[in-house]
Amino acid sequence: MIAGIPLTHFLIVSTIMFFIGIYGFMVRKNLITMLMSIELILNSVNINFVVFNKYLYPHQLHGHFFSIFVIAVAAAEAAVAIAIIINVYRRFNSIDVEQASDMKY
Amino acid sequence: MDFSYTIWIILVPFFMFLLIGLTGHWYKKAAGLLGTAGLAFVFLASYYTAYKYFFEAGKVDGVYQQIIGYKLLWLSFTDKLTIDLGVMLDPISVMMLVVVSTVSFMVHIYSLGYMKEEAGFYRFYAFLSLFTFAMMGLVVATNIFQMYIFWELVGVSSYLLIGFYYDRPSAVSASKKAFIVTRFADLGFLIGILILSYYTQTFDFQIITSQNGPAIAGAPAQTFMGFSILTWAMLLIFMGGAGKSAMFPLHIWLPDAMEGPTPVSALIHAATMVVAGVYLVARLFPIYSFAAPDALTFIGYLGAFTSLFAAIIAMTQFDIKRVLAFSTLSQIGYMMLALGVSGYGEHNGLGYTASMFHLFTHAMFKALLFLGAGAVIHAVHSNFTYEMGGLRKYLKITHITFLVAVLAIAGIPPFAGFWSKDEILVAAWEHNKLLFWVEYLVAGITAFYMSRLYFLIFWNKTPHYHHTPHEAPLVMTGPLMFLALMAIFAGLIPFSEFVSPDLTPYHTHLHYNIAIPSVLIALLGIGVAAAFYLKETSYPDKITAALKGLYKATYNKFYIDEVYMFVTHKIIFGLISKPIAWFDRQVIDGTMNLFGIGTLWASRKTKGLQSGQLQQYAFAFVAGAVILVLSFVYIWA
Repeated sequence: MIAGIPLTHFLIVSTIMFFIGIYGFMVRKNLITMLMSIELILNSVNINFVVFNKYLYPHQLHGHFFSIFVIAVAAAEAAVAIAIIINVYRRFNSIDVEQASDMKY
Repeated sequence: MDFSYTIWIILVPFFMFLLIGLTGHWYKKAAGLLGTAGLAFVFLASYYTAYKYFFEAGKVDGVYQQIIGYKLLWLSFTDKLTIDLGVMLDPISVMMLVVVSTVSFMVHIYSLGYMKEEAGFYRFYAFLSLFTFAMMGLVVATNIFQMYIFWELVGVSSYLLIGFYYDRPSAVSASKKAFIVTRFADLGFLIGILILSYYTQTFDFQIITSQNGPAIAGAPAQTFMGFSILTWAMLLIFMGGAGKSAMFPLHIWLPDAMEGPTPVSALIHAATMVVAGVYLVARLFPIYSFAAPDALTFIGYLGAFTSLFAAIIAMTQFDIKRVLAFSTLSQIGYMMLALGVSGYGEHNGLGYTASMFHLFTHAMFKALLFLGAGAVIHAVHSNFTYEMGGLRKYLKITHITFLVAVLAIAGIPPFAGFWSKDEILVAAWEHNKLLFWVEYLVAGITAFYMSRLYFLIFWNKTPHYHHTPHEAPLVMTGPLMFLALMAIFAGLIPFSEFVSPDLTPYHTHLHYNIAIPSVLIALLGIGVAAAFYLKETSYPDKITAALKGLYKATYNKFYIDEVYMFVTHKIIFGLISKPIAWFDRQVIDGTMNLFGIGTLWASRKTKGLQSGQLQQYAFAFVAGAVILVLSFVYIWA
């Protein structure tokens, strides 16, 4: 299915996703959006794993395993992150990340 | 004869101390009776031991033996260097058992009356038992280290008893002064012990003082600054003795120690603990005599100086306990002098015998003087002679017993002090004429100031008393009468038959060429005192006015305390401690503070980085990662 598409195209897509995620994480103030940005970063990494596996070691599956691990961890992380966000909302009546700065020195 | 029971002479007061100290608050008043009962046992056991030792078991072929009654190996450092705890009986330790138990028992009885009203009654008896335990352990010590241990114990019980009225600032500072001064002297004692035991490889008195022992026959040849190493060791050991016996210039604590209750002054600061220094020198006398004669000569001169110095101060004091304290200093000076002029063997050892004899008689009449002074203070509630006078009409028994003690200390025959002082003067005459004349003069001064005290208290003009002074109860006058009997008859004991440096009895007889002049100067002293003080006269004031500066200096004890204050405060504190404190505060602490301040400054400057803004952190993180990647890619690779 991916035959004929060169490796660099996949890498360009994943790099773009990665920097969109970084940009979103650093610029958006809404915690939910930031969480979504993190998911973008993780998924760009997943693409890298799968593609490198396919192009470099087509008869092995390590890269696939890693990406499945990352998806599982990301799911758990999303659950924890949303729990934190709910608590932040209860405390500050807002999910703006700049409001939650009580713990600074 | 088995003397192992003598260990109980030490242990009974110790258990009494624990018992009364721990449980006394339950039965307060009975604590006194309990302590006195314990002391009654000690008293009887000591007299029994003295009888058995001197008349039955002690002498073998005409020579007294050093009997080890009980011995326990306590610490063993090497095969040779061990510390024992035990009981050694020889003439001087048995004599000291008698002295300590007699005075202590009398003081226990007396205090039943004198201390009756005190809140700390049971505490007082616990401390008295502690002191008796420590003093007994000291006198029967088998080795110098055991002696040192008990030496410190008597020091601490003295401290506790001087500070008995701990709510009076003067008593607190007096107890601290006594403890610090004697502790300072004991530092020298400890160093002396270490030097002596280093060169002789033993602590044991029997080995160390024997003629063939390592200290005398095998005396080390090393010298230090012109004196043999043993002379230095013995001088350092004597420093401990000088502190405890309040020799000049370490005497300053004793007059202040009179802040303690009067029975304590009688027991500790007159009769027993303060003669521990004399006892120490007597205990090590063979070493002083053979291996360190220079140290012995020094002791003789120091004793003479102290006795003269203290006697002069005693003439001008008005606090009766202080007069007695200075007279104690003076009499201990006598004892030290007698040791200093003593030789070894046969009649040469007269000074040694005389010193122990005077220790014995002095303990009796000085305890009597203090207890009598206590009865007077009890009656008029003042320590000062100018608030007393004419008391012979009110305190009949106290008056008679005090008179006996005054005559005894003045050296009027047939009272005890005459006989012992006469022997000291004979010994001084035979060995050192200069010291003889000093002591002869001091004998006159002693007679003068003691009679002055007597006349000021019991004669002179009667001031207006708020309420009529009344005689003390029988528990207080009983000990006075017993001690008065001792002060009358103790001098008749032929001491040279019992105590001599080589443990061999010899005969002494009265030297009329010394005895008659010494009685005459004593009578002269009493006569002058009578002329001045029997009735109120203007002579004392005239003489005081004539000798203005000298009188003032004497009244202020020659400013020795002020000299100490100057040395400690101005020189030690001001010139040494203050710069050290400055260095500590500024340089040592300053360096540490600099680190602290530096850290604080750095954290203040950098803590803004922790802004709490998650996205700043993320930016720093990503930027760092980018820089790392770029540097890996372009520089490191």
